Amino acid sequence: MNSDSATRITPGNALRPEDIAAAQTRADPDTAAYALRLGDDALVLAQRLGWWISRAPELEEDVALGNIALDLIGHARSFLSYAGSADGRTEDDLAYWRDETEFRSVHLVEQPNGDFARTIARQLAVSCYQFGLYSALQHSTDPTLSAIAAKAVKEVDYHRDHSIQWVLRLALGTDESRRRMIRALELTWPYVGELFDDDELVVSLGGRAVLPSSLKAAFDRDIAAVLREAEVELPAVPPAPGGGRQGRHSEHLGYLLAEMQVLARQHPGAAW
Amino acid sequence: MRPEPPVLRPADPAAAAAWDVAATVCDPEIPVLTIEDLGVLRRVEISGDRVEVAITPTYSGCPAMDAIRSDVTAALRAAGYPAVSVSLELAPAWTTDWMSSAGKAKLDAYGIAPPSGRAAAGPVRVGLSVKCPQCSSLNTHELTRFGSTSCKALWVCGECREPFDYFKVL
Repeated sequence: MNSDSATRITPGNALRPEDIAAAQTRADPDTAAYALRLGDDALVLAQRLGWWISRAPELEEDVALGNIALDLIGHARSFLSYAGSADGRTEDDLAYWRDETEFRSVHLVEQPNGDFARTIARQLAVSCYQFGLYSALQHSTDPTLSAIAAKAVKEVDYHRDHSIQWVLRLALGTDESRRRMIRALELTWPYVGELFDDDELVVSLGGRAVLPSSLKAAFDRDIAAVLREAEVELPAVPPAPGGGRQGRHSEHLGYLLAEMQVLARQHPGAAW
Repeated sequence: MRPEPPVLRPADPAAAAAWDVAATVCDPEIPVLTIEDLGVLRRVEISGDRVEVAITPTYSGCPAMDAIRSDVTAALRAAGYPAVSVSLELAPAWTTDWMSSAGKAKLDAYGIAPPSGRAAAGPVRVGLSVKCPQCSSLNTHELTRFGSTSCKALWVCGECREPFDYFKVL
C-alpha cells in the first residue's frame, strides 16, 4: 500500500494506519469518531500556534510555540490515522479534504490568536484539559488510544508548565501585561465549558473513552491554583454556544482551514 | 550507578545479526547517537526471509522517524536482507531512561548535555543541575525549555558562557 501523503518526507514512508502499531486492528466507527474529535482538537490548535513562528515576543518563544505545535501535530497524526482506519482514509484525507462541518474540534482551539496573552490563556486551558484527558485515556480499554495517550501526556506536561509560567510572568509583570492577561482570560473562558460536555457517543464508548465531565473537578482545581498564584480572579463570564463536536463551528474555523488546506487541494496527491 | 536500560538485542543469532545492522543507524538530528543508544530500536525479528524491525518515536511529532525508517531499511538491504519491514510502536512510550550510558557519554562528548536524572512519576518542581558539556561546570541555567528539536532544551553556562543543548528528561 502506498498512499499519497502530503506530509510524507520519503516516498513510501507515510505514517499509515497500520503503523499505529499497538492495535493492528481497524477502529470501529464509534471509536473512530472519538479519535477524530481528539485529533481535530490537536490539529486545529497546532495550526493556530504555527502562526506565531517569527511573530512571538522573543525568538525563544517562536521556538517554544513551534515545538508545542509539532507535538500536537504528532498527536493529531496518530489520532487521525486511527480514525481513518475505520473506513480506509489516511490522516491526510481527513486533515485536508474535509470541510468545516465535518470537523469535530471544540470552539476553544479555533479561537483567534489575539495578542500573546490570549494565545497563552487558550494554551493554559487546553494544556490543563489535555493533561487530565490523556492521563485518564492511558487507561483506555482500547490499546491504540491508550498508547497514543501515554505518549502524549508526557509532552503535554511540558506544554502545561510552559503556559503556567507565562501566565504568572504576564499576570505578575507590568500593569500592561497584567491587564492583558486578565482580559485574555475573560475572552477565553466562555469556550472552556464545551470541553467537559458529555454526549451519547462518549457515554456509549464506556471504558474506551474518557467522560469529559469526569475531568472537570481536577481541571478547576488546577486552574484555581494557577490563578491564585497569579493573583487573578477566575473570570465570571457566561458560556459561549458550543456545538463543535457536532460540526457546528464559528466563522474562524473556515479561514483557518482555507489556509491549512489550500496547498493540498491545489496539488492533489503532491508529496515533498 | 543507575540501572542500565533492559537489553533488547535478541538472543537468537540470526536475529541478533540483523539487530546489529539496524543498530548502526544514527539519529539524523543527533548524528553521534545510534538508534540503539537512544532506545528507539525496540525489536528485530526474522520470519522466513523477512526482517521485521520495530522502532518507537522519542516525541509524537518527531520528524526524524521517517528518515530513521528508511535508513534502517537501506542498511538491512545493503547487508543482504531482501525483505525488510519497519513498524512504528507507540507503546510502551519512549523515555530518556532507555538511553544507554554509552549513549549519554557520546552525547556529552558531542557537546549536548545528557538527560540528568530519571523520568519522574509525578511533577518535580526542583530542577536538577545540568553539567556544562564544555567545561563541566554546574553553574548553568535554562534559556528556553524548547530548543532546536523536540527532545532538547537550550541552556547556557555561567562559567564558560557557552550556550549548549540539553537533552530533556522525558
